[in-house]
Amino acid sequence: MTDNSFVRTESHPDLPPPVRHTGIIRWMRQNLFSSWFNTFLTISSLYLLYRIVPPFLEWAIFSADLSGSTYQDCTSGGACWAMVRVRFDQFMYGFFPTTERWRVDIGFLLLFATAIPLMIDGIPGKKYLAIFVFAIYPFVAFLLFHGGFGLEIVDTAQWGGLMLTLVLATVTIVVSLPLGILFALGRRSEMPIIRMICIGFIELWRGVPLITVLFMGSVMLPLFLPPGTNFDKILRTLIVMALFAAAYMAEVVRGGLQAIPKGQYEAAQAMGLSYWKTMGLIILPQALKIVIPGIVNTFIALFKDTTLVLVIGLLDFLSIIQSATTHKNWLGTSTEGYVFAAAVYWIFCFSMSRYSIRLERKLDTGHRN
Amino acid sequence: MALGSDTQGTAPRPSFWNDPNKRSIIYQGIVVLIFVGLAAYFVNNTADNLEQRGIASGLSFLSAPAGFDVGMSPFLTYDASTATHGTVLIVGILNTLLVAITGIVLATIIGFIFGVLRLSPNWIVSKLCYWYIEILRNIPLLLQLLFWYFAVLGTLPSKRDSISLFDLFFLNIEGMFGPLPVPQDGFWMIGLGLIIAIAAIIVIKNWARKRQDETGQIFPVFWTSLALLIIIPFIAAAIAGFPLEFEHPQKNRFGLRGGMIILPEFAALVLGLSLYTSAFIAEIVRSGILAVSHGQSEAAYALGLRPGLTMRLVVIPQALRVIVPPLTSQYLNLTKNSSLAVAIGGAEIVAIFAGTSLNQAGQAIEIIAITMAFYLTVSLLISLFMNWYNNKIALVER
Repeated sequence: MTDNSFVRTESHPDLPPPVRHTGIIRWMRQNLFSSWFNTFLTISSLYLLYRIVPPFLEWAIFSADLSGSTYQDCTSGGACWAMVRVRFDQFMYGFFPTTERWRVDIGFLLLFATAIPLMIDGIPGKKYLAIFVFAIYPFVAFLLFHGGFGLEIVDTAQWGGLMLTLVLATVTIVVSLPLGILFALGRRSEMPIIRMICIGFIELWRGVPLITVLFMGSVMLPLFLPPGTNFDKILRTLIVMALFAAAYMAEVVRGGLQAIPKGQYEAAQAMGLSYWKTMGLIILPQALKIVIPGIVNTFIALFKDTTLVLVIGLLDFLSIIQSATTHKNWLGTSTEGYVFAAAVYWIFCFSMSRYSIRLERKLDTGHRN
Repeated sequence: MALGSDTQGTAPRPSFWNDPNKRSIIYQGIVVLIFVGLAAYFVNNTADNLEQRGIASGLSFLSAPAGFDVGMSPFLTYDASTATHGTVLIVGILNTLLVAITGIVLATIIGFIFGVLRLSPNWIVSKLCYWYIEILRNIPLLLQLLFWYFAVLGTLPSKRDSISLFDLFFLNIEGMFGPLPVPQDGFWMIGLGLIIAIAAIIVIKNWARKRQDETGQIFPVFWTSLALLIIIPFIAAAIAGFPLEFEHPQKNRFGLRGGMIILPEFAALVLGLSLYTSAFIAEIVRSGILAVSHGQSEAAYALGLRPGLTMRLVVIPQALRVIVPPLTSQYLNLTKNSSLAVAIGGAEIVAIFAGTSLNQAGQAIEIIAITMAFYLTVSLLISLFMNWYNNKIALVER
């Protein structure tokens, strides 16, 4: 009798899980089509993307015109990037004399070469770099941009474009940081009069829009000075913008000061340190470190706010693009101009905000619930 | 004990310079002197400057005729031939408040939607919201306003061939025209109906809460309230014979006239402001929801609450505590940012009062001081209101 019954002597090898429970299909089922509402959201999002992205790419890249000297030369129906191409130098330097533009290049290269290593971990000699950026560089930059000592003087009325935007943003931040620290210390001072003056100053500037502040700089500031003094429009703007930013900076720094435990103050006092030594050696180094993300965020806001100088007639990056699109040769290119400006501002602000988020993660040693 | 009494009796008096109290008085004295000195210097210079330029200071310019058109004044009739700078100021203030309130409401709604969707488990939706937020908040607001005004609304058809919607709404380069509701006699009945409805809703809400506390049964308060809010004013309107007529925009030689009009400047301003601010609000809402510990929603599920109820009754109330303070500063920012209307020719306080009136009357100091005082007042009021709201929802700890 032959044994024709079948008994397995070894176990069947494991089958892979069903296709619907693994890989991309599982991911899609879980993430995109988990319920009818989710499916609806997915499909409508895809439709939205389909309506926005291909037409935009078509307009901005595939049927765009790159060459030409007037709007009439752009015939393919897409974006007329020829405008940006023809005016590019002006967008960068404003009306800075062509032969002197190398000075602007060197000035900003120097800034980036020294400021970017400051933001990267593990670079040696940061102390000297910081001293250079905050104490020596401003004078070098002034010499390069404005002239003197053998360099041809370039009137500030010729400054413009991205260069002016960067000058406004960096000078404002460099001036407003120390001012802001002073006001923050003053706001937490135990002397009532100093505290009241600082609170009044901070809240006054924070309560009004930047535009009124700029109007104040261009209309009221000349009235405050002795009759006959007539000083530079860009300098006036810088002064009011620095004061405005200092008020915001003061609040950021105050947040850091409040986060330092009381024991640190008491320990410093117990060691017999004076007020300025307590602050300079114990409190501020800790407080400033934790508010670096806040400072970067203030800088981003400030960078975006520099566009408001358009209202008082300075030719910053946005303003010079705006005026290029209203030139008779380029009427009709306003969308191209705004998209280009938006892309440039976006790259600056987005990279800075990424940096600030990374710092926040690095500095976040607290526990989460 | 000799030692103790010795040190107590003759505690070394600090020298005059090292006594913290005296030092602080001296420092403050110096600061006050500098402050007063600077102020006196500025006031003196200003007086000289004004005298030299022959400008009389004072507020009398407010009753001087303005003589220009402001473009938009939905709350009071503005007549360019009789208006004074004082009228311009009032129109500017009202328009600013209108822009700010519309913007705040819209930005909050859009921001909450995007903030919640950003946390959606749906990958595409979440990424889409991420890019919406990152694109909008990293581009300067002024640029966005110019974009909406010149690049988007500037492409609307001319007034000859306006887009028509059911022959009720018309859209062209001059704005959006629609029927204007004009209240007739007996319109107060509808208002009365509304008040009765609100009173009824409050009563029902209290009763429903009491009943739920006693019996555990839930009463659909929201839908009942909605029904009451619609039905009672409707009945009131029916009794009064529908005391509301619509004034339709009329076509004439110069384009459309009459009716309700939304100017492109206003539309671009509200659109730009609310989209820009909504990106910030979305981030605030997202971080607020993330700040509510995961255990809270798990506990709610364990109690048998559905996801919607968990969100509404457990997560959102706790998230609001984190959300409200930064939300306040976004509201303040939006209000202050409404001043950017000056770049697109809007009709709010900075554009018409600190812009046109300043150029005509030349009273720079008074006008800028009034404008700043207005913004400070508004900031203060919004802060006070939001602080009150924050205290109301704050955690009551035992």
